[in-house]
Amino acid sequence: MPISNHAFGAVEASVYAPEIFAQGLPAAQLQDHGDRLRQPTAEDAAPLLDLEGIGLSFGGVVALADVDLSVRPGEIRAIIGPNGAGKSSLINVISGVYRADRGHVRLDGARYAQVPTQRLARLGVARTFQNLALFKGLSVLDNVGSGLAYRTRSNFAEQILGIGRTRREQQQQRGRADQVLEFLHLTDVRDRLAGTLPYGLQKRVELARALVAEPRLLLLDEPMAGMTAGEKSEMAAYVRAARDRFATTVVLIEHDVGVVMGLSDRVAVLDYGRKIADGTPDEVRNDQRVIDAYLGVASDNEDGAGI
Amino acid sequence: MSAIATQLSPAAGLPKWLAPLLLIAFAYVVVPLIGNSYLFEAILLPFLALSLAGVGLNILTGYAGQVSLGSAAFMAAGAFAAYNFNLRVEGLPLAASITLSGLVAAAVGIVFGLPSLRLKGFYLAVSTLAAQFFVQWALTKFNWFSNDSASGVIDAPKLSIGGFEFDGAVGRYLFALTVVAVLTFLAHRLVTSQTGRNFIAIRDNETAARIIGIPVLKTKLLAFAISSFIIGVAGVIWAFAYLRTVEPAGFDLDRSFQILFIIIIGGLASIRGAFLGAALIVVFPLVLSRLGGFLLGDLFDSGVLDMSQRIVLGALIILFLILEPDGLVALWDRVRRRLSLAWQSS
Repeated sequence: MPISNHAFGAVEASVYAPEIFAQGLPAAQLQDHGDRLRQPTAEDAAPLLDLEGIGLSFGGVVALADVDLSVRPGEIRAIIGPNGAGKSSLINVISGVYRADRGHVRLDGARYAQVPTQRLARLGVARTFQNLALFKGLSVLDNVGSGLAYRTRSNFAEQILGIGRTRREQQQQRGRADQVLEFLHLTDVRDRLAGTLPYGLQKRVELARALVAEPRLLLLDEPMAGMTAGEKSEMAAYVRAARDRFATTVVLIEHDVGVVMGLSDRVAVLDYGRKIADGTPDEVRNDQRVIDAYLGVASDNEDGAGI
Repeated sequence: MSAIATQLSPAAGLPKWLAPLLLIAFAYVVVPLIGNSYLFEAILLPFLALSLAGVGLNILTGYAGQVSLGSAAFMAAGAFAAYNFNLRVEGLPLAASITLSGLVAAAVGIVFGLPSLRLKGFYLAVSTLAAQFFVQWALTKFNWFSNDSASGVIDAPKLSIGGFEFDGAVGRYLFALTVVAVLTFLAHRLVTSQTGRNFIAIRDNETAARIIGIPVLKTKLLAFAISSFIIGVAGVIWAFAYLRTVEPAGFDLDRSFQILFIIIIGGLASIRGAFLGAALIVVFPLVLSRLGGFLLGDLFDSGVLDMSQRIVLGALIILFLILEPDGLVALWDRVRRRLSLAWQSS
């Protein structure tokens, strides 16, 4: 797994420029760009996301205790852990759905006690949900397009009468949605209602909806849950391709350790709300505490109980 | 009207706007020629008013997913506002007073839509009951609204726009038809716009909608405002064109339920559904009374009619919810598809 994309933090401004997205810069070209800039910035780029001593409890149940996590620009960062380890809580804290009892979320330098959910898209953060959260009554295209709804400037009266910026906004939105659909090979189902698609495709549409806004930080809550092995590796390829093409930083939660190890640059392991390990896939794989807490019990768990 | 549309259905390749356009042309040209005053007074005028109210409620409940039991209150707000604008502002054109009364209803809708920012589903429905009871109470309690009329029943003014008088049943029908056609067209534009898609997004998954940056609170209140505007104008048509009188008792909870049934039977989140549902709700009691009188003779008096109406309507709603949750629209589309298949194969 090349780690070249760490470099993107330094060239954020140009990489995220809308023109590049609009023109669909080929992945290869992006790659060159990254390689050229890798040397000076790879390891010491300022973290895009930094969690400092996050604590969260529901009643007496401690969901997260003193969790630190640092995510560098451009990396794919996985958070794994057994059921109930607090992974989803962590994503919900990062996206502002939950407010942490203790600690702070530092996003691109700004410090938040609770990340403002309503402004999340404007801050360049997008997420997907563990249980599908598509708009079932909208077509695939409109679902993906809704990922850009926050940029709409025209009001409802302009939209009804079709005057002013409406038409241009609409065209831009459709155009970008179509590009992302093509990128994720969803063009065939573009006009179908999202609710009528098979599960695996719905997951991919959700990824498309998150990607269309070219987020700097993409939070994926179990993107491969409930998928077949084939679908999982397909999804992993899409996540990697998305990172490479849009220079997005990815934080993902996953149960399937095998897929995660192949996909991620760095892996953090949670157990009972605490971070017990953090490092490259190889480091984590050989960490005794991880083996005890999580990987060691994997064989007892082959029938899928608790997953 | 349905017979016309059925004949059109095999021509599936024609542009989408053709069928509605032909329907409107038919309603403007042919219906006034062939209709008698019974058709206008007893069927078409209430049908148009209730259809428009259904379109309004469908925007709120069908598209934005906010259940409301306060529709009749918004109708009343519109009707009384129009009456008072007409009475108290000298020389105000009818079009202006209708627009203003719609805005008043929208304001009332926003106030009673505020609970929707915290409440969902069943709880929200109950809180919109407050609108129903409060508005009816206020209109009865404060005589100013009905210009100190002793009975609370007031006569609606003559309808005229730009010097053109909408006299008689046909005139009032054309007036109602114009208002309904314009507002329905605008409603159709709305639900296919970004705002309409935001409504659906909030209905289908509010958390996801908030995360991707749709302004959830603003959009919900907007849904209440637009929906109440349309329902308010429907109230004006109901009072000015159909009943020719305005009284609070005409806008009771039964009316709210009636409008809710219209969109459930017709089909949620569908503009056409509101019209199909309203047609059923208006025509069904008439058919039932004719049928009952024909079968049972004198036994079928108004008491029995009222009771049997409620029973059959209740049964119908349950049947629809079970067999065709998407309403008459879904049924209609299926029949059309079958017909066009049969047409092609023959």
